[in-house]
Amino acid sequence: MKPAAFEYHDPPTTAEACELLAQLGDEAKPLAGGQSLVPLMNMRLATPRHLIDLRNVAGLSDITISDTSVTMGSMTTQRQIELSPAIRKACPILTEATTHIAHFQIRQRGTIGGSIAHADPAAELPLITVLLDARIVARRADGTRSIPARGFFYSAFVTELDETEIVESIELPRLADGEGWAFEEFARRQGDFALVGVAATVTLTDGKYSGARLAVSGVASAPVLLPVAEHLVGERPSPALYRRVAAAVTAGLTPGGDIHATGEDRRDIAGHLTEVALAAATERALQLTDRPAGRR
Amino acid sequence: MRRVRFELNGQTVEHEVVPRLLLSDFLRDVLGFTGTHVGCEQGACGACTILLNGEAVRSCLMFAVQVDGATIRTIEGVSPDGTSLHPIQQAFHENYGLQCGFCTPGFVMSTCALLAENPAPTESEIRSHLSGNLCRCAGYESIVQSVRQAAWELAGGNCAGKADGDDE
Ligand SMILES: Cc1cc2nc3c(=O)[nH]c(=O)nc-3n(C[C@@H](O)[C@H](O)[C@H](O)COP(=O)(O)OP(=O)(O)OC[C@H]3O[C@@H](n4cnc5c(N)ncnc54)[C@H](O)[C@@H]3O)c2cc1C
Ligand code: FES
Ligand code: FES
Repeated sequence: MKPAAFEYHDPPTTAEACELLAQLGDEAKPLAGGQSLVPLMNMRLATPRHLIDLRNVAGLSDITISDTSVTMGSMTTQRQIELSPAIRKACPILTEATTHIAHFQIRQRGTIGGSIAHADPAAELPLITVLLDARIVARRADGTRSIPARGFFYSAFVTELDETEIVESIELPRLADGEGWAFEEFARRQGDFALVGVAATVTLTDGKYSGARLAVSGVASAPVLLPVAEHLVGERPSPALYRRVAAAVTAGLTPGGDIHATGEDRRDIAGHLTEVALAAATERALQLTDRPAGRR
Repeated sequence: MRRVRFELNGQTVEHEVVPRLLLSDFLRDVLGFTGTHVGCEQGACGACTILLNGEAVRSCLMFAVQVDGATIRTIEGVSPDGTSLHPIQQAFHENYGLQCGFCTPGFVMSTCALLAENPAPTESEIRSHLSGNLCRCAGYESIVQSVRQAAWELAGGNCAGKADGDDE
């Protein structure tokens, strides 16, 4: 099908974009990469009267890296993220997760701000923002606010953002020195939305876990954080531990089923991917901390 | 209505467009460049892939109003002189990389982008980069073989998609 008629606006500044949103209210939608919104419009699942294209807004696709964080303008494309050597160095888990989004032709247009605002429960970038507790900077006509990612995603396609707000930038804290990370997902075919995605970080001190984080997508209507640290801290890494902890933290999940997988399958996949992710993150942490000993 | 001005296969085009017009329909139905095919209009099949400022994108997920100032290359602009085959097209021809040909323009455009960025891709890189193009009849083996041959033929040279300064 073809999209319904709409009026097109391409303001040059965020201030003007916010002004338009304030005037037009829920008749209007921002247009970023269009990789989720345009399919919805083509299927007439979305019929906005006005589109506010952010493509000409100055300064929305800058990447800034500091000692503590990586900040990306909302119009930074997924392809820009994937190909940035500076991001690969500062936040490799973001690079890894991004390469799992769709296909390269879609990542060429799709943006980080669009992914966050769209909030698909299986999407990679919301998962990473929840894991690392990113800040999402949103702007409206009368000011800006900085929203913690862990309080941003309510349920499928529903977020803290109101319809007069524009995501301006996303600030991701960098991993700490020596922190190991892993991103794992399972999809039926390359480029499909994942059935389940898992992102983890671990820190080791004197051979024992001193910290860990774990977030899972595809098992609820928004990414969930699982309390992995309380199972790991003080323990020494071992395959038996990964298995036991993965089973324990995913046991209480109650994902829904759909044509792609039953709820039980999704929980099993989450358990398996958690085990794999803990092993991979631990391996990375050991490589980082054992470097002087020259192992591997 | 909005006026857009852009470069299409080396020629400047200026046209009035309504906002709801998809770029794929603009190219096909308004400008007559029917080599860009439309399979799904959801971004899933890749038949409508074109080069926008040198990069492969889905033309069914963009509006014609958005191309103002851009440089676009479609399958019609891949041949070096308008009549002979580009090495990528020649390779698809020689390796039976197509049967009905519906998917072929999309595969050729994606291959242009792949080889411009990575002139010597491994087989798994080829499969990964072409995972967003679906073919319902040729089978993928002959397509992968076509891309390998094209990469080999082009080694040292470059792909039309970027050789003439499309990007930057
Ligand atoms: C075939 C296919 C496969 C895909 N597979 C995946 C996948 O595996 N994983 C994945 O995560 N995604 C996937 N996607 C979707 C992804 O590519 C989109 O890029 C992303 O979901 C939305 O980003 P966008 O920039 O394209 O946003 P758009 O489509 O332009 O916008 C999406 C929504 O967000 C709103 N919005 C956009 N930007 C802002 C902003 N700055 N402020 C406020 N609101 C805003 C829009 O109004 C709209 O409601 C897939 C898409 C396709 C077509
Ligand atoms: S028609 Fe554009 S991807 Fe199928
Ligand atoms: S050759 Fe027929 S779809 Fe590919």
